Amino acid sequence: MSEHFTLITGRTPEQGEGLHKGKDSEAYRSATALVEMNPEDMARLGIEEGQVVRVQTAGGRVEVPVRAGTLPPGLLFIPMGPVANVLVGTDTGGTGMPPFKGLAAEVEPV
Amino acid sequence: MSTVIESVICPFCGCLCDDLAVEVQDSRVVRVRRACANGRGLFVAYDPTPRQPTVDGEEVEWERAFTEAARILNKADSPLIYGLSSTASEAQRKAVELADRLGAMLDSTSSVCHGPTSLAMQAVGEPTCTLGEVRNRADLLIFWGCNPAVSHARHFARYSVMPKGMLTSEGRKGRTVVVVDVRPTASTRVADIFLQVQPGADFEVLTTLRALVQGKEIEVDAVGGIPVAQLQELARRMKACRFGVAFVGMGLTQSRGRDLNVSEIFTLVAELNQYTRFAVIPMRGHGNVAGADQVLTWQSGYPFAINFARGYPQYGPGEFSAVDVLARGEADAALIIASDPVAHFPDAAAQQLKRIPTIVLDPMPSLTTRVARVVFPTACYGVDAAGTAYRMDGVSLRLRPVLPTARPTDEEVLSELIARVAM
Repeated sequence: MSEHFTLITGRTPEQGEGLHKGKDSEAYRSATALVEMNPEDMARLGIEEGQVVRVQTAGGRVEVPVRAGTLPPGLLFIPMGPVANVLVGTDTGGTGMPPFKGLAAEVEPV
Repeated sequence: MSTVIESVICPFCGCLCDDLAVEVQDSRVVRVRRACANGRGLFVAYDPTPRQPTVDGEEVEWERAFTEAARILNKADSPLIYGLSSTASEAQRKAVELADRLGAMLDSTSSVCHGPTSLAMQAVGEPTCTLGEVRNRADLLIFWGCNPAVSHARHFARYSVMPKGMLTSEGRKGRTVVVVDVRPTASTRVADIFLQVQPGADFEVLTTLRALVQGKEIEVDAVGGIPVAQLQELARRMKACRFGVAFVGMGLTQSRGRDLNVSEIFTLVAELNQYTRFAVIPMRGHGNVAGADQVLTWQSGYPFAINFARGYPQYGPGEFSAVDVLARGEADAALIIASDPVAHFPDAAAQQLKRIPTIVLDPMPSLTTRVARVVFPTACYGVDAAGTAYRMDGVSLRLRPVLPTARPTDEEVLSELIARVAM
């Protein structure tokens, strides 16, 4: 069963560190291939730390491990990078800026 | 034998911290003092060894790479020139000249960071100040939709929260720090007041603050998840402070409302100047992305999303901005300068860069160099090349190299391309 969330993307210290090791490094890949969730949301959906979930938006779909984050209920966070980019669409609303934050997303355990 | 160079400017982010001590040994940076992890990473990870350019992944002589790049650009009907945020203003100026000569589209990484802020500036003006004024005068700091503790790691210590300045002798104690964000972050831990706004509700909260500053009554209990009593208290603080500064980040520019969010906070700040002194500074990400806005504006009249196809510059965010142009398949070649759109663009736009011939100028390998037809490994401004960069507050600084310049600069490669393309 999937549930509706709001997805934001952004920088993290680990993503920054991975950047300097190279974007083909394992450090960068693992720093950007994850989704943070509110722990109560995780408990309600029966999702455990590290479990792989499917995240889907109008832009695309990815499967990534979950990390408990300090997020309010209903919010998801994915570090900026190749995984987040699959989910972010290209509708810039006439501004040039893609919707990197505030995407409607669904989450379900794989 | 190693040499320590003092007062080095870090070209990584828009803070352009100018107090680094860089230790150099055998033409490599071996140690960096006072930098954040990102600054240190930039200097230490960079290998300045001259490298050959590549065509289709094969190392070639420079002449062959120039010939192939010029052929691609001359053949293209509608080339896109993009990036410019981690290069010097001297190279940015050359990029404008090349775009003009080619009749190309020209866009910077601003379009995916503070492009909406440029739109806001054009709509309502920019009530601004320098980071020096912040340090010496500000007693109220509002960080809205930004997380400096992660993205601009020394901002708090050097420019905003901590420093003891001329009229801020108490440092941290004499300042009130407000952070507005959709979630607790490393930066909200530093705040005296943390207002947690619902995602996408920034505009409503800012409009409410404008009304409260003007003494209007609000008939609801909460706006955007924040109790009106807290907003009332913030409005009172804003009017009562001696010198307030708002810093805006991508929480505003990338969320629903985009440029309208930024216009609203710029308007709020402008209106606060009826009561006290208040300014706003966008938290610019890359080292010289602010310079890209400056150079493109003084050369063409527009800060980003420009098209020279008609022989004169036309402005079109949403039309000539890189993500839109690529997603619609309108560019038939791309020249990427000092940025990595394959890593940072929405997938549908990034994929297009794999389908069209792409030329990249970059000191480091990236996901974009990996898919490029032609790659020019250039020098890194501020590490092994000199150049000009603009700090996030619009102050221009001279980047000095700490290593000998052994590679061609972006400016030199662009000059060569200009000489080789037809008008």
